[in-house]
Amino acid sequence: MALDKTGIAKRIAQELRDGWYVNLGIGIPTLVANFVNKDITVEFQSENGILGMGPFPFDGEEDADMINAGKQTVTLQPGASIFDSATSFAMIRGQHVQLTVLGAMEVAQNGDIANWKIPGMMVKGMGGAMDLVASAKNIIVAMMHTNKKGESKLLKACSLPLTGVGCVTKVVTNLAVLDIKDGAFHLVERAPGVSVEEIQAATEGTLIIPDHVPEMKLD
Amino acid sequence: MAINKVVANAKEATKDIKDNMTLMLGGFGLCGIPENCISELVNMNVKGLTCISNNAGVDDFGLGLLLQKKQIKKMVSSYVGENDEFERQMLSGELEVDLIPQGSLAERCRAGGAGIPAFYTPAGYGTEVADGKEVRVYNGKPHILEEALTADFAIVKAWKGDTAGNLIYKATARNFNPMMAMAGKITIAEVEELVPEGELDPNFIHTPGIFVQRIFKGENYEKRIEQRTVRQKG
Repeated sequence: MALDKTGIAKRIAQELRDGWYVNLGIGIPTLVANFVNKDITVEFQSENGILGMGPFPFDGEEDADMINAGKQTVTLQPGASIFDSATSFAMIRGQHVQLTVLGAMEVAQNGDIANWKIPGMMVKGMGGAMDLVASAKNIIVAMMHTNKKGESKLLKACSLPLTGVGCVTKVVTNLAVLDIKDGAFHLVERAPGVSVEEIQAATEGTLIIPDHVPEMKLD
Repeated sequence: MAINKVVANAKEATKDIKDNMTLMLGGFGLCGIPENCISELVNMNVKGLTCISNNAGVDDFGLGLLLQKKQIKKMVSSYVGENDEFERQMLSGELEVDLIPQGSLAERCRAGGAGIPAFYTPAGYGTEVADGKEVRVYNGKPHILEEALTADFAIVKAWKGDTAGNLIYKATARNFNPMMAMAGKITIAEVEELVPEGELDPNFIHTPGIFVQRIFKGENYEKRIEQRTVRQKG
């Protein structure tokens, strides 16, 4: 059974480590914050200027001056800090943030990512994505394995305009966990009940399959 | 006694903004935008503006108000969704748009204010953002040359300010405001609370008054929320 978006977020939450600062992108990555292991402490960075971002405010307690990078009203955790955009990207570019999780339209087997522009469609802009992917040591892409037409999003080479080159190290999809190294996707885990053959069929890029591919353990 | 930067209102603060000037406007989405000065720019009907701002407002608020009246010639931003009129003008070629990675935009403003003409950053290398830009390898990694930005006027919004132009921002309404305050030839600050010099604790000033030429107390802040997200108690 392929994972839903919540399942992808749960699996990515398992990658978090105690003491990490983490930037979560908009969409599936945002959900990761709901599944952090209670035994570890992580702080979420939002690139508009928050370290220690908390959950949404209670109804009636929202503050127009307190938003995240998705322009959603949020709260702060105890010990949080606020800073300007230049300082925020100093944290990101300076590799002080240990993990970035973001969505993508395409990922290539060399680690290239495309997630900001589709030729012929309205271009909204890259926001902070290019800064994030150019600098983070550890980038996990959260996305569905195929697009709405059923075409693979894990490719030999990206066809869309790039956001960053050779930067993605791990991809978690509705079907699998894959590492990117040495110019190929390496299958690490399968979603519960999903076969290696299904993953192979949905992956256009080179897929390295070990002898044993364990199922993900969720919950 | 510190230098007094106080002007009466948005009208006096913006009186010498002319057609075809370059403006920086603080804010992230609709958070921390200079609402009073934007309204005044609409009233003045100055045209041909180049606006450097992380976003372009929504259809009926923020910079969207200037777009509606076709006062903007060029936008320099990192993200410009949420605005149908923007999309129409961009697709029809009426509006020139320069999209810049958000961190590069922030740093280009900071550099402009700090007297650094250009810097190398890894952001955008290998993408169309790097087209025509010098590339150098540092620590084994390619970086692109990005140039500083300055503006005829920087217009920022702060929470509290004093008569000397010292500013304190509230929460995430800080965002691009401090860097833009540094990068304006003339910087206008509109504030929710304007206090006499000596009343703000010097230890907690975000923007020192040297960067601000004009300050006034703004009126009737709407502070619109773009994405109201809440949870229920219990």
